Amino acid sequence: MFSDISLNILDIVQNSVSARASLIEITVNISNAEDTLTVVIKDNGCGMTDSELMKVVDPFYTTGNKKSVGLGVPFFKMAAQLSGGRFEIDSEKGKGTEVKAIFVLSSIDRMPLGNMTETIMSVVKANRNTDIVYSYTVDSKGFVFDTRQIRKIFGDIPCDTHEVNDFIQSFLNENTAELNSGANY
Amino acid sequence: MKSLEELTAIRDKMQAIVNLRIEDSSCTKIVVGMATCGIAAGARPVLKAFSDGVQSKGIKDVMVTQEGCIGLCKYEPIVEVVAPGKEKVTYVNMTAEKAAEVIEQHIIGGNVVTKYTINSAM
Repeated sequence: MFSDISLNILDIVQNSVSARASLIEITVNISNAEDTLTVVIKDNGCGMTDSELMKVVDPFYTTGNKKSVGLGVPFFKMAAQLSGGRFEIDSEKGKGTEVKAIFVLSSIDRMPLGNMTETIMSVVKANRNTDIVYSYTVDSKGFVFDTRQIRKIFGDIPCDTHEVNDFIQSFLNENTAELNSGANY
Repeated sequence: MKSLEELTAIRDKMQAIVNLRIEDSSCTKIVVGMATCGIAAGARPVLKAFSDGVQSKGIKDVMVTQEGCIGLCKYEPIVEVVAPGKEKVTYVNMTAEKAAEVIEQHIIGGNVVTKYTINSAM
């Protein structure tokens, strides 16, 4: 069990990486009016058949051949349900997978969102050939981070540099802080 | 709000620098285990330490990547260093501090930090 939602997201994203996704979309949507914190992780990886999909919430199911347990999805589901929220997973073989966790925002049993900047930076730095889209919304105001946009700006010029990473980090931190406007999710 | 378009200024500055793309095959890979077990054991700060360290030291032919569970969960965070033509080195129970040592001694200096390898942990 993780201590915050951002670590759960990092874990679920590893599944997308293992599914050889070329595009991973991560959405965090906070709604004070609806009292929800919704996380969606969508990829265009290899997907799962209906029977694999039914087993994926079982902790003793895994596609990994080196171990006999797979706790990532069950942990995420449990985290959402502990807050009184719900969990959905949808997948199509050959098309991709979408994981959705809806947390009750005000629940005392909802774990904090945690450091999303760290999670997104880890995913971006460790998967240079995968496109990552991250959108963060608080009460219908939000921002979108999209590595395809960065690639378009840089073209053939390498964008895996200190300056670019520093920029991405402050982009994520500053925009998140602005949207949170003092609140701590 | 900051916009990604601000990156055009950084790009224009970098265009002046001749920067050859390194081929993946000639690149040393630092592979960090990022499955449930790895993350729970603290893989995220380890990955950050490696990628920040590699970049701040200006090391060019090294790539930091992530992978899933390799089945040795009790030794997580696990980091593998895969250099072309050399035997794979597996570091176990890693921390951000140990990562700095590995960068300094192994990645830059070429000497494996044997006290952190899996062989010395078993």
